[in-house]
Amino acid sequence: MAPDVTTPPAGGTALPPRPAGQRSVLQRVLATRESSVIGALLVSILAASLLVDGFASGRNSGFLILDIAAIALIALPMTLVIVTGEIDLSVASTLGLTSAVMGQLWVIGLPLETIAVLCLVLGALLGAVNGLLVTVAGLPSLAVTIGTMAMYRGLAYVILGDQAVADFPFSWTGGATARLSGTPIPWIALLIIVLAVVFGLLLHATPFGRSLYAIGSNDEAARFSGIPVLRTKLVLFIASGTVASLAGVFWTLQYGSARADNAFGLELSVVAAVLLGGVSIFGGKGALLGVLGGVLLLGTIRNALQLADVSSDMLSIVTGTLLVVSVVLPNAIERVRARRRTAEPPS
Amino acid sequence: MLRTRTHYGLTAATLAGLMLVTAACGGTTRGDADDSGGAEAAGEADPNAEIPEGLAISYLPKQLNNPYFTYANTGGEEAAEELKGEYKEVGPSEANASSQVSYINTLSQQGSDVIVIAANDPDAVCSSLQQAQQAGSVIVTYDSDTGKDCRDVFINQATAEDIATTQVEMIAEQIGGEGEIAFLSATPNATNQNAWLELMEEELAKDEYADIEVVDTVYGNDDDQKSFNEMQGLLQTHPDLKGVVSPTTVGLAAAARYLSSSDYKGDVTLTGLGTPNQMKEYVEDGTVEEFALWDPKNMAYLAGYAGASLSAGRITGAEGETFEAGRLGEYEVGADGEIVLGPPTVFNEDNIDDYDF
Repeated sequence: MAPDVTTPPAGGTALPPRPAGQRSVLQRVLATRESSVIGALLVSILAASLLVDGFASGRNSGFLILDIAAIALIALPMTLVIVTGEIDLSVASTLGLTSAVMGQLWVIGLPLETIAVLCLVLGALLGAVNGLLVTVAGLPSLAVTIGTMAMYRGLAYVILGDQAVADFPFSWTGGATARLSGTPIPWIALLIIVLAVVFGLLLHATPFGRSLYAIGSNDEAARFSGIPVLRTKLVLFIASGTVASLAGVFWTLQYGSARADNAFGLELSVVAAVLLGGVSIFGGKGALLGVLGGVLLLGTIRNALQLADVSSDMLSIVTGTLLVVSVVLPNAIERVRARRRTAEPPS
Repeated sequence: MLRTRTHYGLTAATLAGLMLVTAACGGTTRGDADDSGGAEAAGEADPNAEIPEGLAISYLPKQLNNPYFTYANTGGEEAAEELKGEYKEVGPSEANASSQVSYINTLSQQGSDVIVIAANDPDAVCSSLQQAQQAGSVIVTYDSDTGKDCRDVFINQATAEDIATTQVEMIAEQIGGEGEIAFLSATPNATNQNAWLELMEEELAKDEYADIEVVDTVYGNDDDQKSFNEMQGLLQTHPDLKGVVSPTTVGLAAAARYLSSSDYKGDVTLTGLGTPNQMKEYVEDGTVEEFALWDPKNMAYLAGYAGASLSAGRITGAEGETFEAGRLGEYEVGADGEIVLGPPTVFNEDNIDDYDF
């Protein structure tokens, strides 16, 4: 995609590509994964606006943002987790458990303000359980969080069964989906942006952030160079759990319904968006901007195809294909490059 | 070390900040009075209003590729065709609580005139349905209702009373009006099931059923294997059992499977609520004589007519209004905007091949 387009070989494909050092800054920026994601996003928005009736309206963008809000929130810490080479698949269950607890606490009469804080503490604790199992017990996060995914969801059912708590005050449920005054944009977009800036700065502008890439590239080497690998990972899992709970509180109010099965399966959408955004599942690579692009791209495609009356089965096929292509294509390009490099005659 | 520690501090501060943001001052508890966001039905009904051609009538089942709804919505398509409307079926591939919301928003954005929905979660879809209403769509719920503030009318497939009496009539007739019977239900806390069981007991308390005795109620949890085992247990514990009523499709099919291969076949009567496709082989091999369920196709058909009548202004959803529903005849809107489809359909050898769900 972008890398090949932006570095046109001067005299046909036979010539070796210029060494990276000679590329201009612009070329290097354009060659990154996140720029191809953003490019794909802009193209799909443009195409959808031109081709799909009802897509390019304020009302619809409000719907779109609310649709992806929970995914966008959870994807932020997930990016940091995946950059370190770990994964947290328990996020959707954390959301569901938060929702169930929120409903139960509301039933016993606690004020919503207190409940919200307690829910975030709960999320931090659930994240800490994941983190401790990964760091102290030294288990792979894939196994740990598949386990806690089932466990947290099970707990949610224990707490609320298949009942729903739905008598939250309208001032809160309506407030959750309220638009910024005078615009069709829901206020949650602001919270997402603020958190994205926080996590973005943390990842890209601090030594802590750089240590995440080091851990993701080579866990062992990072440890030997003095990075507190285990503590770092613990912090990330706690952040992931906390934000998943925040998303749970929002989700519950957004739909006005606390249920144990809320956001069932959402973890896959989150991981898909993060990977689509150019974060390597093996760790060490990725940028937050790309992830935001990935979340928006998936949301846009889903929204546009729904408006175009494409069935939900076809929709799964399209998003699945997109994901596979987005993972396979950069790999393929990398391999072609590597072959060209080795084919280069010695100077 | 010091540097990283400050950064942990930073992270912790960020997290703490996050918590504080949500923890605004004051306190909102369950006891507080609150306004609800309900939309009011307004306007006068004009029974002679013409139903315009080309009404967009959209069906949003609990999930796509669910045989029950696929069959039901053939009735919706039939109604839309007769009304010269534009039929459409959309829906999520998973029957999740909140998965229908984006489809409601999409339909509203497309300007659908009528949205017919079977709600996965009566509450989660409410606010988006109200928004769709405000944007001009008529909302009809079928199969599974939402709160009455979130829709115009609800097509009730059958009242609990009708379901109970039909099943009691079937079992009484088949066992000859006397003997021991038992219930095979779903879960002990399933609201529907318990309401039906209670109404059946009430019905059986009448004089005409004085010789019928309910000896046991067991729960198969709507799990095929558990229901199968419970049926087996029932027949072993109660050697004089004449009949079993299972008001759940899973229970009825599992019980029929056990009965068809056991020595009790032919001696013990089995009936209840089931789907023709699941029960066909047991009706054909004589295990089950007849059972009942509403016809989902008629339910969706009626929903289409109700929606079109609302959209055209023939009815407003107020109690007592009547409207024509094609081949089903005239219907009346009941209390709380409920329209009852009618007594359940009884399926037996003679008619079972006419249904496909």
